[in-house]
Amino acid sequence: MNALAGNYTTADGRKIGGVMMEMKNITLKFGGVTAISDISFDIHEGEIRAIIGPNGAGKSSMLNVISGFYHPQEGEVWFRGKKRPPMKPYEVARQGVARTFQNIALFDGMSTLDNIMTGRLTHMKAPMWRQALWWGGAEAEEVVNRRQVEKIIDFLEIQHIRKTPVGRLPYGLKKRVELARALAAEPKLLLLDEPMAGMNVEEKEDMSRFILDVNDEFGTTIALIEHDMGVVMDLSDRVVVMDYGRKIGDGTPDEVRKNQDVIDAYLGVEH
Amino acid sequence: MLNDIFIAPFADMIAAPDFLLQVLWEGLVSGILYALIALGLVLIFRSSRIFNFAQGIMVVFAALTLVGLYQMGLPAWVSVAATLAVMFALAWSIERVVLRPLVGQPDIILFMATIGITLFLIGFGEIIFGGETKQMITAELGIPTGSITLEPWGGLLILEEKDITIVIVAGLLVAGLLAFLGKTRMGRAIRALGDDHQAAMSVGISLQTIWVLVWFIAGMIALVTGVAWGARAGVSFALEVIAYKALPVLMLGGLESISGAIIGGLMIGMLEKLFEIYWGQPLLGGNTETWFAFVLALIVLLFRPQGLFGEKIIERV
Ligand SMILES: Nc1ncnc2c1ncn2[C@@H]1O[C@H](COP(=O)(O)OP(=O)(O)O)[C@@H](O)[C@H]1O
Ligand SMILES: [Mg+2]
Repeated sequence: MNALAGNYTTADGRKIGGVMMEMKNITLKFGGVTAISDISFDIHEGEIRAIIGPNGAGKSSMLNVISGFYHPQEGEVWFRGKKRPPMKPYEVARQGVARTFQNIALFDGMSTLDNIMTGRLTHMKAPMWRQALWWGGAEAEEVVNRRQVEKIIDFLEIQHIRKTPVGRLPYGLKKRVELARALAAEPKLLLLDEPMAGMNVEEKEDMSRFILDVNDEFGTTIALIEHDMGVVMDLSDRVVVMDYGRKIGDGTPDEVRKNQDVIDAYLGVEH
Repeated sequence: MLNDIFIAPFADMIAAPDFLLQVLWEGLVSGILYALIALGLVLIFRSSRIFNFAQGIMVVFAALTLVGLYQMGLPAWVSVAATLAVMFALAWSIERVVLRPLVGQPDIILFMATIGITLFLIGFGEIIFGGETKQMITAELGIPTGSITLEPWGGLLILEEKDITIVIVAGLLVAGLLAFLGKTRMGRAIRALGDDHQAAMSVGISLQTIWVLVWFIAGMIALVTGVAWGARAGVSFALEVIAYKALPVLMLGGLESISGAIIGGLMIGMLEKLFEIYWGQPLLGGNTETWFAFVLALIVLLFRPQGLFGEKIIERV
């Protein structure tokens, strides 16, 4: 099977669509540091795509390029067949790309429910004065948004912390709320930066299950960064391997595992 | 002496409840304006971590613009609309020229930038409108100037219609802002932005749009305050000091609490009036309103470092 050729079917029988997002020859520099060096890869519709590599390899930077937080000096980003002009993060979000952060970014003063509700902001369309007066389409819209949020709360099994200010939650639950907020946007593409970092085995299993279920039930395309090789191999359809800002491997987990450059890069790294 | 401090004032209050009501009413009128200004400061602080030193001068600038436009021959209500447009242009320019280039700089730099805005607006305002005191166009705006006399408990309570109008308009503005913050997309975005910029951007919030918006809200508040205060004292650069009344409000209510700003504002307005009338004038020769609020805020902070309404936030490390 040649995964790069277009539509394909995974080993577990899921149909993967055409190219959703394509990164072409991306180079990103911070002063003298080259975080990403001439990297190209693509993400297909419906796929779970992993980016792996040692610390400082440039994985988060790549996710930040996709989500508009960083702007590469060179290269092009293509989304659904169109070249994307340089965009601000909010514009990318409004295109249907949601994300989580390596160092959790939540609204600490707000409850779990309110946090997740902010994920619906891009879906609130009623004119402002109607929203303020709670009138016309605004109320109906709010009901729809609520229902969607409740669905996600059930799905991620966080009913018991609905009203808790997220600042008080333990780390593992914070990660889950952050995922919930991203899901609330009903994204076409979901970007997860180390969703399982710092979790214990049980929490990791839960999170893996959620990621698979999201992909399966909502058909959401997912790009994720993960350190735990075992997890990556289980979850992902295809893997990009980065090291020192370069791409050193790209393919199915099996292909990547056998790649000599990848093996070398991972020797001596703590895994 | 002890009698003068602890007993006589309360005896006076009970003996003449109509006068007590009068004092509280006057305090409420000031208080609601303090609350409005504090609200403007809180919104700006929450969304951009800037303490807006220019809030006071924006009050003057808005009032001067309104009067100036009217004197140039525009009808009163058209002048109001045009002033709002000017305040919007100001908000837009501040975002474009000051905030955007300075984003990511230390907070103190941004604070200093607002001092720069203050100085600029003073100079700019004087060039265009001159430095002399102007009359607020109170009657022209249709604000009634008579008074209503009530007789609670057979006593006397005089409510100026001007003040009633101020309380109603300011109250409506506060209610409108609360509805806006609580229910609208932009309002939610403002609240979210206060907590985490990165997260806010990731859910589709545009920092720039929100900044223009909150500075415009601050401008709107400045206009209402300017009209209200100008109607009592005339429009001059001295009006600027009213914004500094919001400082103790923020010390009490916290820089980030919307309800704190409102409750704190009303409380300070009423308490400073009570203190002035029942303690300040008989015991201290009066004029205590200039400093009482600060002392009150300091005392409260002594016992409640997180302010009256602040939640004690325990950082997880
Ligand atoms: N905002 C930034 N400013 C300066 N350097 C950065 C920034 N973000 C990332 N880098 C640098 O880019 C390189 C890659 O970092 P990162 O993308 O976070 O790696 P990874 O996520 O793979 O651990 C590192 O050398 C890091 O120091
Ligand atoms: Mg990283």
